[in-house]
Amino acid sequence: MEPAVRRYFTRKILTYMLAFFVGVTIDWAIPHMMPGDPVQLYLSNFNLKPAGYAALYKTMSQAFGTNLPLWEQYLHYWKGLLTGNWGVSFWDFPARVSTLIFQALPYTLALLVPAIVLSYIVGNRLGAAAARRKMLDNTVLPMGYVFQAIPYPWLALALPFLFGVVWHVFPIAGGYDRGLIPAFSWTFISSLLYHWFLPFLSVFLVALGGWAIGMRNLVIYELENDSSRYLRALGASERVVRRYAYRSASLPQLSGLALALGIVVGGSIVTEYAFSYPGLGHLIFVAISNQDYFLLQGIFIFIIIGVLVANFIIDIVYVTVDPRTRLSMQGGSS
Amino acid sequence: MSTMSEPKGRGAPLPASQRATSEAAPEATGKTQRAGRHHDLLYYALHNKKLVFGVSLEALLVLAAIFGPVIALHNMTDYFASNQPPSAQHWLGTDNLGHDLFAEVVNGMRVSYLVGAIGALCAAFVGMALGFTAGWRGGMLDEILQMITNIVVMIPALVLLIVIGAYLKTRGIMFEGTFIGLTTWPWVARAVRAQTFTLKSREFVDLARLSGKRGFSIVVREIAPNMASYLFLVVVLLFGSSMLLAANFDFLGLGPTTGTSLGNIMNQSTLWSALQLHYWWWFLPPGLLLTGMVAALLIANVGLDEVFNPKLREQ
Repeated sequence: MEPAVRRYFTRKILTYMLAFFVGVTIDWAIPHMMPGDPVQLYLSNFNLKPAGYAALYKTMSQAFGTNLPLWEQYLHYWKGLLTGNWGVSFWDFPARVSTLIFQALPYTLALLVPAIVLSYIVGNRLGAAAARRKMLDNTVLPMGYVFQAIPYPWLALALPFLFGVVWHVFPIAGGYDRGLIPAFSWTFISSLLYHWFLPFLSVFLVALGGWAIGMRNLVIYELENDSSRYLRALGASERVVRRYAYRSASLPQLSGLALALGIVVGGSIVTEYAFSYPGLGHLIFVAISNQDYFLLQGIFIFIIIGVLVANFIIDIVYVTVDPRTRLSMQGGSS
Repeated sequence: MSTMSEPKGRGAPLPASQRATSEAAPEATGKTQRAGRHHDLLYYALHNKKLVFGVSLEALLVLAAIFGPVIALHNMTDYFASNQPPSAQHWLGTDNLGHDLFAEVVNGMRVSYLVGAIGALCAAFVGMALGFTAGWRGGMLDEILQMITNIVVMIPALVLLIVIGAYLKTRGIMFEGTFIGLTTWPWVARAVRAQTFTLKSREFVDLARLSGKRGFSIVVREIAPNMASYLFLVVVLLFGSSMLLAANFDFLGLGPTTGTSLGNIMNQSTLWSALQLHYWWWFLPPGLLLTGMVAALLIANVGLDEVFNPKLREQ
């Protein structure tokens, strides 16, 4: 590795570690700033007499560590985080936070990753094809705007209304049939897919327009670039010019993809709320309404790691794909 | 409503090459040239189908938002028979409390426009300031700014909204707009930074640097004009995306408590099972209108892009 590139990565890793520290601290602080007392909320589930309440309140506070001063809670939090002990949930009391998260995570990933990646691929191809081609542009462009302009909640109402309530083709809510117990069997998996389709379609459609239009504009920009003119002057075919334009235009799109994938964990709240889908977004909603500090913190860690890893991958891609970034690094002026 | 951008009057900066020629021209001919160019722009603006269509549709919707509450037969707060389908008396039917949905929807459009405008202005300001600085200066400052950007992305906006909201007596329109602006700027900053990075290594920037210009004026006069259409696209996109994001918040029941927005109406419809009960008039019109409001903006924007940037005009 060249020294400039090595220096670049050392600097990157340092700032990412710092960002991780600050992010973890903020995500610890936010739930603790919520007004109210989680232990009190938890005990309100039981019909207790005042004396019993006081005794139980003391025991539970000690068990959860909420009676400690804040700085001590903060240190405990870091210790638990690094040793892999993420604590116990208030809401689903004896269940461990890690168990709850790993139960919900597959649903969210299976729903959002295919939807985002597919919409990225299809959208970019459509947009690039439409650029500077009158016929395609006049169909792809207006469609793209409409899809980009649809408010997601509306799609999450209109699709189930059409496919579920009016035509009875797909179920309108849930992650699988209520009568089934999660198992690795064909009935369960087919029920999963059946319930997966509408939420998947809604996320796919709502993201499609943005990618297509972004790509179309970027490719037009690139096609008018000096590099494209030079290629044409050299006698390259339009297909080759377009391929190079597509490659240069992919960069800003890629950073968009990284951001979209990075926040996948936290970005699904509206989808899972609308479709009552049992993923992490749903869990966040439950955790907030039950003031479940430990569950919230556990989910936030996933969001932090997701964003940082995605950004780091993009940094690597920028250096390896775009020679101009490398050049600017070696230029010394920056 | 005045912050709602009527794209025609705005006048985005021109690419540097064009501006340079008109500035270099002597004073006397410069004036006539400039007038001629404005005439040209107007010609292209009026002959651009996308711009004309987008602006007309948006103007129509803005007029509906302004005058809708005036021509509505009923007040938003009056009570009638509940869950009525659309009729001559109630153009969009009534909800479960018997409120006239037409009156609610046109009032909701006002709220959505306002929240979108406030959010877009906040996000554009912060995002561009940080994006240009990070892209131009590079080095350690870039690293720090990128770190701040990454941290803002990591903060779960929804949870933060709930926490802040818990301390406020009411959540207003101003609060929602500002909150959206201050949490959505990262993608603007990242995009502007990436563009600045690639523009920075072009010849004309080197030339400006050689001529001894200060960094700030190079960014403002050389780099920014070259991505002017892109920046303008960003602001309009932000306006639309803020309206959409607000609809998301409102749909989850976190919208303004002091007014009814389009997202609020959709939220109420789900809470009262309008979907299962086939009350389509309750949740379909608000979303359709919002789609129109945002789509018109996007279409006008591309048309405007073509007017100001000769390279993009259809040949």
